[in-house]
Amino acid sequence: MSLATQPVPTADKEMLISGCAAIAQALRLASIDVVTAYPIRPYDTVMQAVAKLIANGELDAEYIVACSEHDQFEIVKHASAVGARVFCGSSGVGWMYAMEAIAVTPALRLPMLALVGNRALDDPGAFGCEHNDALCVRDLGWLLTWVDTAQEALDTALIAYRVAEDPRIFLPCAIGADGAFLTHSEALVKVPSQEKVDQFLPKYDRGDKLLHPDNPITVAPQVNEDWVMEIRKQNDGAMRRAPGVIQEAYADFHRIFGRQGGNPFVEEYMADDADVILLGQGTLSMPVKVGVRKLREQGHKVGFVRLKWFRPFPTQEVQDALRGAKAVGVIDRDYSFGSPNYGAVLYNEVRSALYDLPQRPHVISFICGLGGREVTLDSVTEMSEILLKAAKTGRMDQPNYWIGVRG
Amino acid sequence: MTGSVEVVYRGIFQKHLGQRITRGIVLAAWKEGKVGVSFGRYGDSPERNGIPAKSFAVVADTEEELQAYLSRYEPSNNDVTVAVDDTLCKGVESWAWYGLQPINKLTRAGGTVLVTSMQSPEELLKDCHRKDAEWNVAIIKGISSFSGLWVFKDDHTDVRVLGAIAKVAPHVVKIESVEAVVRTEYGDELKVASARKAYERVGLRPVRPDEGNPEKPFEFQLPKWWEMKEGLVIPAIPVRQEVEGWEGGYRPGRNPTFKKFTTRTMRPVVDFETCTKCTICWMQCPDSCFDVTPTGHYDANMEACCGCGVCEAVCPVTDCITMVNEQAFEDNASQFEMHQKDPATYKTWLTKMIQDKVTTYRAHGFRYRGQYEEEIADLATAGIVGGTAGEEGPAAAVAEAAQRAQALRKAKVAQ
Repeated sequence: MSLATQPVPTADKEMLISGCAAIAQALRLASIDVVTAYPIRPYDTVMQAVAKLIANGELDAEYIVACSEHDQFEIVKHASAVGARVFCGSSGVGWMYAMEAIAVTPALRLPMLALVGNRALDDPGAFGCEHNDALCVRDLGWLLTWVDTAQEALDTALIAYRVAEDPRIFLPCAIGADGAFLTHSEALVKVPSQEKVDQFLPKYDRGDKLLHPDNPITVAPQVNEDWVMEIRKQNDGAMRRAPGVIQEAYADFHRIFGRQGGNPFVEEYMADDADVILLGQGTLSMPVKVGVRKLREQGHKVGFVRLKWFRPFPTQEVQDALRGAKAVGVIDRDYSFGSPNYGAVLYNEVRSALYDLPQRPHVISFICGLGGREVTLDSVTEMSEILLKAAKTGRMDQPNYWIGVRG
Repeated sequence: MTGSVEVVYRGIFQKHLGQRITRGIVLAAWKEGKVGVSFGRYGDSPERNGIPAKSFAVVADTEEELQAYLSRYEPSNNDVTVAVDDTLCKGVESWAWYGLQPINKLTRAGGTVLVTSMQSPEELLKDCHRKDAEWNVAIIKGISSFSGLWVFKDDHTDVRVLGAIAKVAPHVVKIESVEAVVRTEYGDELKVASARKAYERVGLRPVRPDEGNPEKPFEFQLPKWWEMKEGLVIPAIPVRQEVEGWEGGYRPGRNPTFKKFTTRTMRPVVDFETCTKCTICWMQCPDSCFDVTPTGHYDANMEACCGCGVCEAVCPVTDCITMVNEQAFEDNASQFEMHQKDPATYKTWLTKMIQDKVTTYRAHGFRYRGQYEEEIADLATAGIVGGTAGEEGPAAAVAEAAQRAQALRKAKVAQ
């Protein structure tokens, strides 16, 4: 059967699919043009799901099996320059291997969507979830978001294309998806109709930056010290415009699909009146929310804030969400050895964002769930108790804790 | 008190020379109890044939004075600007986009432009741009000292320049400290004597603001960050330039703000009458510098030519394209237009250009092994470079070169 005669789904349908398969559905709906693949767990689930869509005739895209992650990202970088909507991704050390290509993409202002199936950086060889892989691009000009559920993965992929390909932005976007917890767990997902998606997501138009014989341009010349700072300043400008464009996209998404109506940047859970708040990103929100409910039943005013966008970092939203608390615990599924207070990446970002508040809560760093270890209910209780004690006494015993480590 | 010297040199050919001069200044100042630094301008990228580049030496009585001077990005009031190739007097365009910088732009008012040249100050002033202040020109008699990236040609140019600096800017370095440094660095009394002779012979030619080349050099204004196209995108230069009166001809589009011609130390001179229009020069030119004329000839455009000599090497017709020393020219005028205007005058001009020993000697890009030795011998015989005892310069080296050249010629005749 030729592609033209394939039936196109017209109505929303519910599917029991993994986070990676949900992303693949978003890619089908976004009618991507080029996808590159190189296997590494846990990202490879999405590459298999996309291959299946193409094989089934549901998606017409160039599927290029690259000879390394570096090539993967180089190929989509160039495809994006000639106007293709592209998808790419990797995990752990694979993402690191592509770093040269990843680092130059924001300066070229080439939009692309990448899935980082979060994985511990080998060694030791491990498959489990850690956020250090994706966080490596935090300073480079990538938009960076973490998702919590398969539904959010699908929705965020569509939103990410719209934001990344907005001519005001033209930046690459990475979606952090916790290895195993999100990438490999199947859940019921509402898959929207093509009509709705077409309403939401315009075609990628590179305008006068399109690399094409009819539009002769030079991209990425060698420059000296007279130019680099201005180019970095342009990147900074794009990142500063991103929060507004993200807000527009969420508002439109909510209008068309009826989902994602809350704050685009942070999800607040029982945090309004909370004395102490735990903050984290990704799938750890599930055990933390359960733990918070239990502690609330016991009369403790505990809340949770899930950070959805790491870049651009929503400084104002984080301040607003945390300003009423007496103590804040930042749960990092990553490490930053030797950083201030021997805390981790997210901790130092949040702590810095709160600095200008006239009355700052205590901020405590919890390093937890590394290498795919479960964030257990006991861990949530332990962290909450440390925070409650700090809130009660008005002082911290220590700024940093490793939670769930044997010893 | 601080003092500074910039050395303008040609990439690759003079990289070591530039560095040896600025190092020598700082080492000499050190002998006087001063402090100093020697550095090359990083953005120049001097690992490119002939590209104008700069080396600086700054010396001061105290560390604080030195820091105060260096905290400015680039020393811009040099006591001495050294041009170790006189064609640099036409102005320099760095590898970066700075437009055309007059050779005396960073020379302070009352400062000196010190040039190694066989030309007279008056001839050099046809090239040097005017300056809004009085300044001086000083000449060290000699041909340009060119060598390579991995080798240094020890023809005493470095120490002669140091000796001359001691004369024109004694507050930077004194001749005694220059001699002391040459002695300790090289252990060669002949070099010490060369430095002293240059010191004794160099003289200042004061230049008034109304003297010099009146042409306004092309400039390039760096854009603001919001004026630049985002995404590292630059619009392409159009493939073709439309030129009035060139119907049937073809002139490629070229970058109007980065012309490259100051890289050139020799230029092709074309005989349009013997040219067979074979197209080889046009196709082989690495800089697409040839304009196709309405008559189907190939006119090397002097705004674009880097002087590499490939056209001369590939031209199948004897003496149709000849590389001639750049110092023989005062402008970038089209040879084809000159020929069109009056073929007879052009023929006379061409014949003179390609037969004159001064204009056709090679500083680099030799056609065959031994050409350099032959040229040195010829120049010595003609009295163009010093070759007899008592003259400044490496007399022994010249005499030896002359002998070698003679031997080579004999060998050729024997064959």
